Order: sequence, then C-alpha cells, then structure tokens
Amino acid sequence: MIWGVLQFPGSCDERDALHACSLAGEARMIWHEDRDLGDVDAVVVPGGFSYGDYLRAGAIARFSPAMEAVAELAAEGRPVLGICNGFQVLCEAGLLPGALLVNESVRFVCRQVELAVESSATPFTAALEAGRLLSVPVKHGEGRYFAPDDVLDEMVANGQVVFRYAPGQNPNGSACDIAGVCNEAGNVLALMPHPEHAVDPLTGSADGLLLFEGAARSLAA
Amino acid sequence: MSVGTAKHRELGLTDAEYERICELIEREPNGVELAMFSLLWSEHCAYKHSRKLLRRLPTEGERVVMGPGENAGAVDVGAGYAVAFKVESHNHPSAVEPFQGAATGVGGILRDVFALGARPIAVLDSLRFGELDSSRSRYLLDGAVRGIAHYGNSIGVPTVGGEIYFEGPYEQSCLINAMCVGLAKQSEMVRAAAAGVGNAVVIFGASTGRDGIGGASVLASAELDSEDDSKRPSVQIGDPFEESKLLECCLELLGEGLLVSLQDLGAAGLTSSAGEMASAGGVGIEIDVALVPLREDDMEPFEVMVSESQERMLAVVEPADVAAVLKRCEKWQVGGAAIGEVTGSGRFRVLRDGEEIGDVPVGALVDGCPLYDLEPAEPEGWIYPNRRTVSDDLDGAGLLGALLASPNIASKRWVYEQYDSIVGSRTVRRPGAADAAILQIPESGKAIAVAIDGNGRRVACDPYRGTVEAVLECAQNLACAGAEPLGLTNCLNFGNPEKPAPSWQLERSVSGLADACEALGVPVVGGNVSLYNEGSEGPIYPTPVVGMVGEMPSAEAAAAVGVGFAGSPVTDDRSRRDQTIALVGPFAPSLAGSELAKLRGELDAGLPGVEIGSVAAAIEVVREAVRSGSVASAHDVSDGGLACAIAECAIAGGVGCRVDLDPLVEARGGSGESALFGEGSGGFVLSGERSALEAIGDDGVEVLMIGEPGGEEIAIDAAELSLVLPLSKARRAWESLGELD
Repeated sequence: MIWGVLQFPGSCDERDALHACSLAGEARMIWHEDRDLGDVDAVVVPGGFSYGDYLRAGAIARFSPAMEAVAELAAEGRPVLGICNGFQVLCEAGLLPGALLVNESVRFVCRQVELAVESSATPFTAALEAGRLLSVPVKHGEGRYFAPDDVLDEMVANGQVVFRYAPGQNPNGSACDIAGVCNEAGNVLALMPHPEHAVDPLTGSADGLLLFEGAARSLAA
Repeated sequence: MSVGTAKHRELGLTDAEYERICELIEREPNGVELAMFSLLWSEHCAYKHSRKLLRRLPTEGERVVMGPGENAGAVDVGAGYAVAFKVESHNHPSAVEPFQGAATGVGGILRDVFALGARPIAVLDSLRFGELDSSRSRYLLDGAVRGIAHYGNSIGVPTVGGEIYFEGPYEQSCLINAMCVGLAKQSEMVRAAAAGVGNAVVIFGASTGRDGIGGASVLASAELDSEDDSKRPSVQIGDPFEESKLLECCLELLGEGLLVSLQDLGAAGLTSSAGEMASAGGVGIEIDVALVPLREDDMEPFEVMVSESQERMLAVVEPADVAAVLKRCEKWQVGGAAIGEVTGSGRFRVLRDGEEIGDVPVGALVDGCPLYDLEPAEPEGWIYPNRRTVSDDLDGAGLLGALLASPNIASKRWVYEQYDSIVGSRTVRRPGAADAAILQIPESGKAIAVAIDGNGRRVACDPYRGTVEAVLECAQNLACAGAEPLGLTNCLNFGNPEKPAPSWQLERSVSGLADACEALGVPVVGGNVSLYNEGSEGPIYPTPVVGMVGEMPSAEAAAAVGVGFAGSPVTDDRSRRDQTIALVGPFAPSLAGSELAKLRGELDAGLPGVEIGSVAAAIEVVREAVRSGSVASAHDVSDGGLACAIAECAIAGGVGCRVDLDPLVEARGGSGESALFGEGSGGFVLSGERSALEAIGDDGVEVLMIGEPGGEEIAIDAAELSLVLPLSKARRAWESLGELD
C-alpha cells in the first residue's frame, strides 16, 4: 500500500511519520499546497504546529488544498490517521467530532503513557482486541479532548471512542480519558499520543507500529 | 567635548576606544558608523577581555571538521557525516524577560547550527537561578522553562538533557545557556566566510524591525541594575514558526548547492554578520539598507544595520543563482531580498538608495577593537554568602533525605516533561534515564551521547580545580553511556572582568579547562563567553559550562545499561538478581564545596586536588565495561556524594540496597560522613555480576566492592555513621520538586 504524509509549514513529526509508514508499506510526503494526492491509499496528518498554530491548533491547516483532498479521500472510505496536531486539524476540518483544548495543567507534557484499545472497528485497530494496552508517548500542550455530553454519549454508543488512557494515566484532563476517536464509518482515526514514535523498542516501544501494520493488513484483505 | 564623543559613551565605548576608531578610519565616525562600531566593539562581539585567554585552549584533533571561528564546531562521525554543536548564553535578556530571553536563546543556537548546513537533532540547556524560596527565582525558572519549551517544541527539535542549579549568587543574574547538536552531510556543509567578488548578498527570513536594537551592548556587556524593566524593549521576540520555515529553506538551499556561504543574524544583526563574513573571507562588502525588507518603513539606517530581529540569515549567492534562491524562499513563505554584494575593496560600505552613508575598513570594525589584559587578583577567602538551611540534629538518614530533596539534586522531571524529548526518532535514552542523552545516528550506524555540566559553586571554591572537575564530570557522564568524547564546547559565564576577583576566576578557570581538555585529549571546537553577570549584590558564581559530544559503536549497546540497579523482583528475571555494587575510580570524597556544606552554610574557599590522569584511566575502563555490556548499571558520583548516587541508582531501579563504605574509609581516609556525602571527581557506582566488576580492576583502576542491591531499604554503613532510609521515603524526597505551580 502507499501512504501519504502531509507536510505543512510548521509540521514537526512528518519525517517520523514517514519512517513509521515506510515500515508498513511505501510512503511519500505530500506538500500542503498539493490538491492532488495521486495514488495514495491512506493518509497520515502528522504532529507539529501547522502554520505556527498561533491562532488555534489546526485552525489554518484545515483550509489547505491538501486537506480538501484528504476530506475527499476520507469520504471514499479510505484510511486517514491524525496524530496530535493531525487530530486537531481533523477536528477543525469537521472530519471528527469534538475539539482539543489546552491541557488541564496549562503546560506542555511529554511522557510515555499506556493506551487501552476500546474498539477494533477501524482499519488501524482491526487486529487488536479490545482492552489491549499499548505503550505510546504523548507530547502536546493542547490535548484535552472535549465534546458535549450528548455527543460523547453518541460516540460511545457508536463505538467511536477507539483509545482511552489507562486508569490514572490521563495526562491532560481529557473527557472520559479519551485519547483517540474515529468517525462514524471508522476509517478516519485520530489520537493525541504518537504511534509513529513507538515503532522501535530501542527508542521506547514498538506498540505504535501495530496501527500502521493493521491498516496495511486491512487494506490488503 | 563634541556631540560625537558624548554619544560614544552612551553606546558603551570608552574615550580611548573612540579615539582608536578615529585613528583607524582617519576621521570621526558618523552616526551609522558609530552605531556599528559600538556593537562590534562590545564585549559580547569582540571578546575583548577574554580573547587572549582563550588562545590557551586546545582546538586541534583528528576528528575536528570545523573549529572555533565558525558558527559552530563540528566533528567527524563517519560515513561522510559530521556532528555540529555549540553552547551559547542568553543570560542578560533572560534576567529581564525570561520567556522570550530563553526562547530566543534556543532560536539563536539553532541558527548557529543550521547555518553550517546541519539539521538540529537535539537541544540541551544549562540553567542557573537563585534559591527556589525566592519568588523572583520561581518566576524566572517558570518563564525560562516555558520559553525553552515554546521554541524547541514548536520547531520540532528535541530537548534531550540539561542541568539546573539553584544558588543565591544567581538571584539577580540568572544563567540560560543552550546547546544545540546538529547532523550534517559533510559534502553539504558551508562556512561563514564571504567569497567571490561580485557575488550577491541575500538576506532571508523574517523582516527587520526595531526589536533588539543595541541588545549586545546594552544588555550583554554591562551589569544589570534595578531599572532592568526599562530594558525590555532591547529583548528580542522569538517566532519558532518563522524559524522552522527558515531552517527547512536553508537546508534545501544548501542541499542544492545554491549558497556560497551562510551566516545567521544574531547579536548586532546585519553589521556583525556581514562584517564577520567579509572579515573571514578577506573581502569587502556593500549593503544597501533601502533594499532590506522592513517591518516599519520609517526605520533609520543605523537601526536597520544593528537590529537584532530574530529568524534571519545572510547568504552569499552567485548572481546566476539569486532567482533560484528567492524562488525557494517563496516556497517556504520566507522573505528574501538581494541587498548588496561582495567587493574587493576590503571595506564595509553602507548605502541608502545607492548613496553612501557609511564606509569603514572591515578589519577596523571586526578586528580593530583593543584587547585588554586582565588585572586579576585572588580574593581573600570565601567572597559569597553562606546560609544554613538544615538543622544540626539530623541523623544519617535525615541528611540523605535532605540532600535528595535539595532542588539541586532532586528529580527535574517537572521541568523535562515540559520538553518534547523524542521528536526526530533518535532519542534512545530520554532525560533522567542515563547520565547522558543518547541519540542514534542511523546514517552512520552509530550513536552519540551528549552531556552538559558545570557546578559553579565548586568553581567558586577553586576556579582551576572546579573547572577541571566540570570537564571530568562531563566525560564521566559520557563514559556511563559508553561514549568516547569527540569534542567539547563551552560557555564561560563570569562576573565583571574589569574587577580583580572575577578576572582571577576567569583566568584560573580557563587554565583548568585547557589542562583538563589536553589531558583527556578532547579538542575545544567552539564556545561563547558571557561576562558582566553581576548585580548590586556582587558577581555570580564563576560558571564555566561544558558540553561534550561522544561517540559509541552502536545504539543497542548504550541502551542496555541505565542508571538504575538491576535486581528488582518486579522488573528483572532471576538471573539478574545476584548483583554486586562496586565503587570504581580514584574517588576521594571531601565535604569541601559539597551540597552538604552548602546546606550547612559552611562553604569556604579551596577544593582538594584532582589527579586528572587516574580519573581518565577510570573513565576509559568504565566506558569499555558499559560498551561490552558486562555491567548492568553505571552512574557517576556527583552532587550529594556517594550516598546520593547510590540512592539515585536504587530509586531508578526500584530496588533497595545494602552497602558498606568501611572499605572506602580504610582505603582513602576521611570520616564516615565524608564517605557518604563528600564530593569529588573520579567516582562511578556500577552494578553487575561480581566477576565482571572484579575484572574492571585488572587494568589497575581502583575497584571496591561495596554492597548488593535488594530489599526495600537503602541501608549504608560508613564508619561512625550508618543510615537506613526506606526506598519509598527516598523516592518521595527525590521527587519533592514536584509541581512548582
């Protein structure tokens, strides 16, 4: 399969995401001004501070030509993975419900956390049983997931909560310990923790690689 | 007295210096020229009180790719790659406005590294503040940490390590030193020297505004006083997004071979960058201020020439490539303009719309500043305050608890969790996991370790020995990661060099730095000097900060050994439980200058001598033991002495220990108390199988078997003093910095 990784001015983790994708297929970088994604099968919207994020995280990136193309790709049901800033961008773009607010501590936080898999109904988590714990790092200043109560209820009912922080490990005050969510169809998934920084035991963990491999396997099936 | 001579004093030039300028240019300088001279002849740019001393430092080595004089030093790491690195201070701006001061400190050192064509892969910080019970110190700490986080996190360069000390003499003058490490393909590296008469001079990056006018002379080259708030407009404002685009743009331009030379705009802005490029290349340069993209269109020519607006670079480009360079700037949404050219005249000409408004010889501007000899005098005894903060009646366990909770020793997790330490996928050992940060270099199949050290209090006790210790400590930290030093960078933070005591400290310290580097065979590839760090209450502790880059054969070997004792029933299998703890090296502890002496208010001048050769031998055997994987843990003995080093290993490993220091007292003398809490160079706490630890002693290096890991308590016997501290209590004390909010 072919992965495309978006690159905005101000992206930070795009090369790390490209590397992670290359471990589970072919990977290429997509410049934010490219309206045409070519023949990519899946897209990663990576972490960082797109356009500086001085206004509100992700608020400007959602208007980029590449994001228009991503919205079309998502509508076709192909896999889209948002990581950290990518999560914020996908929420701003209306491809995912909810919003990411400033951490409860009002400080940036970088640490390894455990995530519990809540749903296997996405291409990325299809091979992971619910309840499985993954060790993945977080690093963000605006990662507190928020959605109105009725939206949260609906998301839980629809199985749209895909990852929760393990008990006692919520690093930012997210509602219901939510770390990652998907759209109703399940093909658009985003999370604040960084699976692309968990693809090698040498740098901490290889649990994040499971998401990339999972998507590749789902597409091949 | 003419108007001109009154003005030069306002700008920080002495009468004699002004006369010298008139001699060199054979007339009185006009306003633009005077502004340019005042900045390039400031201490910050001209190193006029330190340049002579710095000639003592060894700078040659077979792995040196670039040495002092370039934007940063660089060493060969094989496979056609080089690691570039440099440490720089941003002390004075941070004392005035800590968030922007620290943020732009990071921004500035990043530019120094990517100006060579190296992609920044790591940042480390060395910070000094007054005691934490002062609200000003907490404000400065919070602001500086947020500023470093803001810039480093946003630009996607990991902050992988550093150190922080809290000491009274930094109350008025905090220190913010930032080190950047970058990786470059040697074939794409570029120097700062301008070359090629007729080539274009291109400025690119942010536009030029009125921020930071006179920062180098107003802030960095004079003592601070209580009116500092009025200097806030001299502090630059950082924009990491602008720099992120600038960084990518520069690396693309260099990758395509479109630049002849490149230099960042830092202190003294365009004047210093253009002047130094011309001086290094032995050419002349012409700049037309009307062509410089401005933020405010009514700026005076002198303001354009000295503005310290951040996120700007200056390049020399062949005329045929200018269009391609500007096109690349457009892609990255970075401003760019050709503003002048390289000439053969040897003169720095400033034009406005083609009309000359300044014309001085490059040599006079860049190298004409008189260099001063110091007039050092050793102060009598201890010149800094003493303050007792622990009670008399603490027993051994109480003392260990107090030391572990001392902000200088306690865990800095609260700080480093605010930094992205992993972006870039190179970080094999994150902050707190080992004595040095470890980064993998898949490009060469190897790994590097990086550490930064400098205990100002010990340098205050004895500037020569304290500085030797700082270099050894840094090398010991690398050894614990299995790394061999390739090069060293330093930042010399001292008080007013025009006063006898700080100048004596500076001179002795540079001697120590030179001797230690020579003995270890580590070349000094770059550095920075920050003087005038003092306020009305006197100078700071003399604080040489040294940063070292070391190499190890593979990232895998480094990752196998950490700080923590093996043997925890939770984390280790049975085979690793039969572990022994050894003290390796010629460590001869003394309470002089120690953290305990500080807490007791008993600091005094003087430190015991260090035998550099025997410490170097210990460093080598520890490095080999770690590389071979024959030991399970390695940690050097530093602040708080052996008891604290042992406690840190126990806390990190999640397992207690039983230790007997009688063999140490018998072998090296002293009391039980000094064995527990005394400090000094050359000590390593290693754990592993007994036979492997004994083998370390085969090379003649001192090895004492002092105990075993196990249990839930830290229990240490030392002659007259014994202590038992439950592991949970030790951990609570060590983590007591907690949240400072």
